[in-house]
Amino acid sequence: MHGIKKWFGNFQAVDDVSLEIRPNEFFTLLGPSGCGKTTLLRMIAGFELPSEGSIRLDGAEIASLLPNQRPVNTVFQNYALFPHLSVAENIGFGLKMLGQPKAKIAAAVAEMLKLVHLEGRGNDPVTQLSGGQQQRVALARALAPRPKVLLLDEPLSALDLKLRKSMQIELKRLQSETGITFVFVTHDQEEALTMSDRIAVMSHGTVRQVGEPWEIYDRPAERFVADFIGDTNFLDVDVVAIEGERARVRLASGAEIPATFPADIRPEGRVSIVIRPEHARAVAPSPAAPLAGTVHDVVYLGTDTHLHVRLADDKTFLVRQQNARSGPCGFAVGDSVGIELSDDVAQILRD
Amino acid sequence: MSVTPAELGETIRRKDIRSRWLLSAPAMLLIGAASAGPLLIVVLYSFLAPGSYGDVKWAFSTDGWFNVFLSRDIFDDTVSLADAHFSIFWRSVRIALATTALCLLLGFPTAYFIATRPQHSRSLWLFVITIPFWTNMLIRAFAIQEVIRTEGLVNTLLMKLGLVSAPIQMLFTDFAILLGMTYVHLPLMVLPLYASLEKLDFRLVEAAYDLYASRFNVLMKVIVPLVKPGLIAGSILVFIPALSSYVIPRVLGGGKNLMVGNLIELQFGQGRNWPLGAALSVTLVAIVLVALLFYVRNVGKTGGGAHG
Repeated sequence: MHGIKKWFGNFQAVDDVSLEIRPNEFFTLLGPSGCGKTTLLRMIAGFELPSEGSIRLDGAEIASLLPNQRPVNTVFQNYALFPHLSVAENIGFGLKMLGQPKAKIAAAVAEMLKLVHLEGRGNDPVTQLSGGQQQRVALARALAPRPKVLLLDEPLSALDLKLRKSMQIELKRLQSETGITFVFVTHDQEEALTMSDRIAVMSHGTVRQVGEPWEIYDRPAERFVADFIGDTNFLDVDVVAIEGERARVRLASGAEIPATFPADIRPEGRVSIVIRPEHARAVAPSPAAPLAGTVHDVVYLGTDTHLHVRLADDKTFLVRQQNARSGPCGFAVGDSVGIELSDDVAQILRD
Repeated sequence: MSVTPAELGETIRRKDIRSRWLLSAPAMLLIGAASAGPLLIVVLYSFLAPGSYGDVKWAFSTDGWFNVFLSRDIFDDTVSLADAHFSIFWRSVRIALATTALCLLLGFPTAYFIATRPQHSRSLWLFVITIPFWTNMLIRAFAIQEVIRTEGLVNTLLMKLGLVSAPIQMLFTDFAILLGMTYVHLPLMVLPLYASLEKLDFRLVEAAYDLYASRFNVLMKVIVPLVKPGLIAGSILVFIPALSSYVIPRVLGGGKNLMVGNLIELQFGQGRNWPLGAALSVTLVAIVLVALLFYVRNVGKTGGGAHG
């Protein structure tokens, strides 16, 4: 799957998006609702036509083809299973419409039922299945015609947390077993980080950043991406020098730390940096700590404790302190603390 | 003394059922009296002898029923099948079926169109559909007559445009009856179809397209099975009144293209043979019941019929 570029509609649901999705990739479109990710997906499926631009699949232009002419299948948000058909008839629908012989359809359906662990349920009406089972039927139905690309439109959002976790693993397994390119749409950043080979973060109809999960998380290029994914601290700093791929930046306290920056900019002057809460550690006040402040909230989370520390400039800095079995982390509201940072934890953001 | 929760629940349930019966009793009585009563009188009359000036003589006779199916030659008393009656019944069934088919053909796209409009404009379209109901059917029948008669709107227009040299005979033909019947009954098909189509989840249509279905297959394999209850309800609502129509065939069919309704009217009017009229009426009811039975079994088989 190569090279998508398109504009959409009078009201710019998708604004000049170019993406290249690689074969056999688990690619995720991540963004808040209304960011255009579903519209983009629907254009790949053929339910919407791009107003401008082209969609190419293996080099062939498909943007103007009808949905039933594209080797692309969709798993719909609410499954959209045919209520008047059985599980097997649902799964075999695509192959039947392609005019495959009955025996071949039956074999493919049996294989799909096995793949999604629904052996022996072929004759059940789909209306009798649980949410998780319907989800698996929807997957099997979309996979049965062996599409080149499988589109998944927030398929897990209707499931409860436990089921969602197991389906995440299941999806990943299906993707590697079938070798089909998955394009997955979600607003759930954790889901995106868990499953994707690469993620495109979208906002207001544009793609903000494309990268592997670790890049999106640890090398966010701009404030929207950093803010949307995970807990984040933003600090305003001054660039002192640039040494190769690192910049030296000076914090408000005067301490200098190294910071990475997006490859397409050369930072100078006043910039924003982002530091993840788990890369900071609260310690007893000390002149050596690059940041200092007062604890104004302590939130116990089981594995960690979140300390909300008010800095000298009145901004809140979040510290994620890992818990030990020995008891609470030892800080209480009102305590003065210093904040130590692990080595090389800061990322400079594009303006 | 104590009451277990189960007993209490049973008591409440029984009271609930009783109050439902009580509440629905007036309507049930009215429907029962108004439909069963006249029907019983009709059945009774069909077994009596005709009076000289209409009405009936209170004497048991099977002549009414005899004459429905058989006819006795007035000269030599030979008995033969009542061909005229059979052909009129058959005509009526044919025209009613054709009307149903035409209404389905025209009504489905209409209902689909309305159901796919934005929410706020749907009620306007439905309103438009019901406008013909505002006027008496007789007047509408005469209006159609005015449009299609020899010197009517259509013929005048065709002549003026030079498309035909002589007016086309449309009035008093089967075409006229079918046109009028379809026009009159179309809303009865559109409304239940719309009710079903409106509930249709159009994501299923997308899913079918996505799974390589052609437009025809989307219609036949997904939309039609899912709106079957509305399809059947609409067909019943059209077929039954179409079968027994009286006004349309009378006004647009002229005297010669009779349907059952006209035949029955003839017996109570000029024919002065009320028992025969009554027996014909009961036969019509029987045909409708058979048709209904066929429909109901059809719905039961497909497991549809949740609404409509």
